[in-house]
Amino acid sequence: MSVQTFTTATSVDDAVAAVAAGARPVAGGTDLVVGARSGKSTMPESVVAIHRVAELHGVESLADGGLRLGALASHAEIAASDDVRSRFTALSDASAIVGSHATRAQGTVGGNLMNASPAMETGGPLVCLGATVTLRSPSGTRSVAVEDLWTGPGKTSAAADELLVGVEIPAPPAGTGSAYLRLEYRRQMEIAVVGASAAVTVADGLVTDARVAMTALSATIRRIPEAEAALIGSDGGSAAIESAGAAVAAASTPISDVRGSADYRRAMAAVIARRAIDQALSRARGENA
Amino acid sequence: MKVATTLNVNGVSYPVDLDPGTNLLAAVRDVVGLTGSKEGCDDSECGACMMLLDGQPVNACSYLALQAEGSEITTVEGLADGDTLAPLQTAFLDLGGVQCGFCTPGMLVSATALLEANPRPTEDEVRIGLSGNLCRCTGYDGIVKAVLSVAGSS
Repeated sequence: MSVQTFTTATSVDDAVAAVAAGARPVAGGTDLVVGARSGKSTMPESVVAIHRVAELHGVESLADGGLRLGALASHAEIAASDDVRSRFTALSDASAIVGSHATRAQGTVGGNLMNASPAMETGGPLVCLGATVTLRSPSGTRSVAVEDLWTGPGKTSAAADELLVGVEIPAPPAGTGSAYLRLEYRRQMEIAVVGASAAVTVADGLVTDARVAMTALSATIRRIPEAEAALIGSDGGSAAIESAGAAVAAASTPISDVRGSADYRRAMAAVIARRAIDQALSRARGENA
Repeated sequence: MKVATTLNVNGVSYPVDLDPGTNLLAAVRDVVGLTGSKEGCDDSECGACMMLLDGQPVNACSYLALQAEGSEITTVEGLADGDTLAPLQTAFLDLGGVQCGFCTPGMLVSATALLEANPRPTEDEVRIGLSGNLCRCTGYDGIVKAVLSVAGSS
């Protein structure tokens, strides 16, 4: 490790100024420090610890029915929130299975998003729930839709002087259910082999809105419009779910690696997508928690 | 350049000088001198380095030591009350939760955090709670039995 400068920010302004001056932000360390120690990257020369910045903490239910997550909201906090579990369920599904209990206690949603892994757990749910992130630089703040945040594996559209300070999720329409599911070989300390997220709105027995996103199946987590089109206007029955799953598999461009071959991932994409959609529909209909 | 800081480990304040890139495990083992916590994978996979940071579990190999300034750090050395082992430690010994012992400090710390958050876990919850800790000897059975035997007994 070659960290030369370490500072601890006590305010967002401090943190943003340090990032703009070239420091890498660190909170839980679950990606930055692990990446450096496993040789994937080197530790940056300048680090600013942002974990003590009170304004960046919290999981807050908003008056308009939306939800605000501070960048430092941990997976454990998110998974423990009753509001997240009942109304933003896909996100709860995701945060509950990140790493181990230590990863969930220390790892943050801001870090998860900015690490930009195409296999991250929280990305697909946040895309399907229509979340935006707030990026702050010394010259101001801007909002970016989560689905526009990633430009490639490990790459984001954030400028070098921008810090992700929060995530906002709009109120889901009445009759909405959501789910995130991954193909896993073990239940903890796992990275998604294939993942799928769905958020669907059901009214009078018909699917009025649907968002479907795939995880670990392309260079970035992204929505599959063909899968969504197969669901919208349908009764959400098995034929619609089947064709949505097929659309996800057709749109996938997976890699082969130690966790699975591209062929296997493509074959499993349809299965995992169908299960996620089915689970989201059940929740939308109030059939289970 | 070294940075002067204070680490509070098991209720004792240790003034230390650290390189900014030093991880918490190296700081506690090599500088503070408490060697109960182990370095296994050095990659946040095995849990041998597990400590508590203000009561929350952390893979100390992957956490910058300077970030722990102002926090309460708990290691396996902090679990016993003087010479009296914690009930969890006694249960590990009695029920075959220890063989080579390398994973044991991390297992005990993880189990302590688990029982703090969930005093009456099911067997499945114990297995999930400890799945960030790898053991190559016991097959986990004695460890799970030990944790369950203590659960809800205090």
